[in-house]
Amino acid sequence: MPHDGASQAETTRAAVPDLAGAQETRRQRLKLVIRAAGMLPVLLLLCLGFHFLSDGRFFTGQNLGIVLQQAAVNTVLAAGMTFVILTGGIDLSVGSILAAAAMAGLTVSKLPDLGSLWLPVAVLTGLVFGVINGSLIALLRLPPFIVTLGSLTAVRGLARLLGADTTVFNPSIPYAFIGNADLTLIPGVVSIPWLSVIALLVIVASWLVLRRTVLGVHIYAVGGNESAARLAGIKVWAVLIFVYGVSGLLAGLGGAMQAARLYAANGLQLGQSYELDAITAVILGGTSFVGGIGSIWGTLIGALIIAVLSNGLILVGVSDIWQYVIKGLVIIGAVALDRYRLQGSART
Amino acid sequence: MSNPILEMRGVSKSFFGIKALRSVDLTVYPGEIHALMGENGAGKSTLMKILSGAYTPDPGGKIIIEGKPVHIDGPLGGRAAGISIIYQELSLAPNLSVAENIYLGREISRSGLLARGAMRAGVGPMLERLGADFAPSTLVAHLSMGQRQLVEIARALHARSKILIMDEPTTALSAGETERLFALIRQLRAEGLAIIYISHRMDEVYALGDRVTVLRDGRLVGSLDKPEIRADTIVRLMVGRDVSSFYKKDHDPQARRAPPVFAAVDMADGQRVRGCSLTVRAGEVVGLAGLIGAGRTELAHLVIGASPKTSGHIEIDGRVATIRTPGEALDAGIAYLTEDRKALGLFLDMSCLDNINLAVLKRDAKLGGILDRDKARDRASRAFATLGIRAANVGVTAGQLSGGNQQKVLLSRLLATTPKILILDEPTRGVDVGAKSAIYSIIANLAKSGTAILVISSDLPEIIGICDRVIVMRTGRIAGETRRGPSSPLNQEDIMALATGTEQLDAS
Repeated sequence: MPHDGASQAETTRAAVPDLAGAQETRRQRLKLVIRAAGMLPVLLLLCLGFHFLSDGRFFTGQNLGIVLQQAAVNTVLAAGMTFVILTGGIDLSVGSILAAAAMAGLTVSKLPDLGSLWLPVAVLTGLVFGVINGSLIALLRLPPFIVTLGSLTAVRGLARLLGADTTVFNPSIPYAFIGNADLTLIPGVVSIPWLSVIALLVIVASWLVLRRTVLGVHIYAVGGNESAARLAGIKVWAVLIFVYGVSGLLAGLGGAMQAARLYAANGLQLGQSYELDAITAVILGGTSFVGGIGSIWGTLIGALIIAVLSNGLILVGVSDIWQYVIKGLVIIGAVALDRYRLQGSART
Repeated sequence: MSNPILEMRGVSKSFFGIKALRSVDLTVYPGEIHALMGENGAGKSTLMKILSGAYTPDPGGKIIIEGKPVHIDGPLGGRAAGISIIYQELSLAPNLSVAENIYLGREISRSGLLARGAMRAGVGPMLERLGADFAPSTLVAHLSMGQRQLVEIARALHARSKILIMDEPTTALSAGETERLFALIRQLRAEGLAIIYISHRMDEVYALGDRVTVLRDGRLVGSLDKPEIRADTIVRLMVGRDVSSFYKKDHDPQARRAPPVFAAVDMADGQRVRGCSLTVRAGEVVGLAGLIGAGRTELAHLVIGASPKTSGHIEIDGRVATIRTPGEALDAGIAYLTEDRKALGLFLDMSCLDNINLAVLKRDAKLGGILDRDKARDRASRAFATLGIRAANVGVTAGQLSGGNQQKVLLSRLLATTPKILILDEPTRGVDVGAKSAIYSIIANLAKSGTAILVISSDLPEIIGICDRVIVMRTGRIAGETRRGPSSPLNQEDIMALATGTEQLDAS
């Protein structure tokens, strides 16, 4: 009997905060949704606006295919950048790594017997550069901005070196379909460019790592409070090497996607200032520059906003010069939003 | 005696309803060294900040300098009233020269250009008078700590200060530098300056003090003239309060016979910790007392591998354990609760769920890295129930909780690892009374179940209330130990005597 009474008391005690908690949970969830989806309404408004301004040329199957294809490489780079920025770091070298990976891939693709290995070679090239970045940052404790600024320049040089500073062509590159063909979902009605399929897979894989693995929590922890992470027994150095490794690997994948799409690569021109688009996508997606806050779905939306903006401005007929001005203002607006969003959080 | 240079009459200061200073009357005469003593948190720094102008006192009090009531407002107010403060952490710009530092904010310029030559010439004679062995053009970065202190003093004299406040000026000085500083302070006294000397060190107060004023809990509890300055009187004034009744530690003779689970042997870091050895038995609660800066937190950081050690090792159950990182410490069964939960403990933007589970995620994970979310939720809910954490649910971010609840969340993370040895650094700092007593009962229960516990605390009643044995540190070394006996409770006087070094003076 006394045992029964005790357990009953316990259930009632547990039930009270649960009732009050349910509302609080809902409010919390809503906050999270607003934060993650923060830019989704902006994306939809942009799409609608461009649709009307371009006399209905935006929402056509063909144009949407183009937008998705154009967003693909940047989405992949931005996914890697999300990992890095979540730890409070930055990776400026992704454009150069993309070029070097594409050059390495195309060079291998022309070898008689090893041609079909070009794809893993490109991805691994990216991984190696990323791990070098990560090691310098994690083991020598150098600031990420400086390290990746250095590799932005150095890897660009290596990319030019790989092709003897010329454009490398390979019209019969294996797996060319990933760059140009579509995956048909419903024959004759719905098909998605393979590039976009890859980008989506990258996003889903990133989400799994960030939200469903121990490593993911550790990434958020390192970004949220590096000293506390170290005291809590987290191998901060390993987390840092991992995120820069992922960023490099995805830049390598992006290089492979570009190479397959263009059948060619030029070490000097390919991937110039791609890092800026990737960073913009991450920040637009609500990931905080100081680290520890953000989501990969936001990054996807951010990348789509950039692609829609580029596509829509062309559709509407805005000159190339003004496109630069408008995109630049979007970057500043994004950081302003970041600040504004952070004001409500514990870290002010 | 001459007229007082500084009189404080009924000066109080409260922060959000908490009285940090209660109607303090302080009188300081020119040509005297007035020692100000008190435990950590007794109100010394509040008093000092009022005199510097960093804090505005509550209305009702009066500050009179040379017979004239003054209002000290703003950081420059103190200096304008003739008061200069030399802080523990010196406030010099190391990238500038000695002369530039002394003239900082009052630079001499000729038609907008800095007159370096005039500034150097202006400070030369004063540096000479103070016995400086460096030139006015020397970069401060090249000076030793003692020399920098001299620059600070020169700066105060240059500003024509008549009252000089020194806050623990010898903490960073060598013995030789300390002697030179004392000679200089006596010289300044002879020149008619009033010096308020804040120190924890009894020997310094003996050597210098003309008068000693003791603060406790924000009150001035006594002023002693030179002939009355005695260690036991000062210590009694400093502690003299009753041990609160909510500590319910029973004397447990069992704990004394249990085998030592944990031993730190000859730990040193070459700076703040200079060779410390201690042991903790299973089920024993050992206090680590000492003044701020005695090296207690630094010792804990050495133990868990959070900072590099120059010597020493850890033994667990009599076997040497290799601990180079906090992760290895956790693996070895040592959990450490940091004194700074916001900067070094919690992830304020992450949920309580993640904060509680962080240290055991790997152990709980499926397939070598996939989160076990059910297990994590269960663990967090159980922690909420057993420690009485008050938050809407486990998904609330840690930053939204009160201090006491944050501390419980952090404690839950440590307890999740089921440690054999628990090191708690200021476990009740900044938590309310309710959370405090909850934390005490957690500590008592853990000890009963055999956990070895080391509590670092600056709160003496707390240490006395919850510990079986107290180890006292002073300037990086173990100064001594005092234990609870069947009929003899621990007492604050013994601990303070060890912490301040009085027992050596009494012996000599």
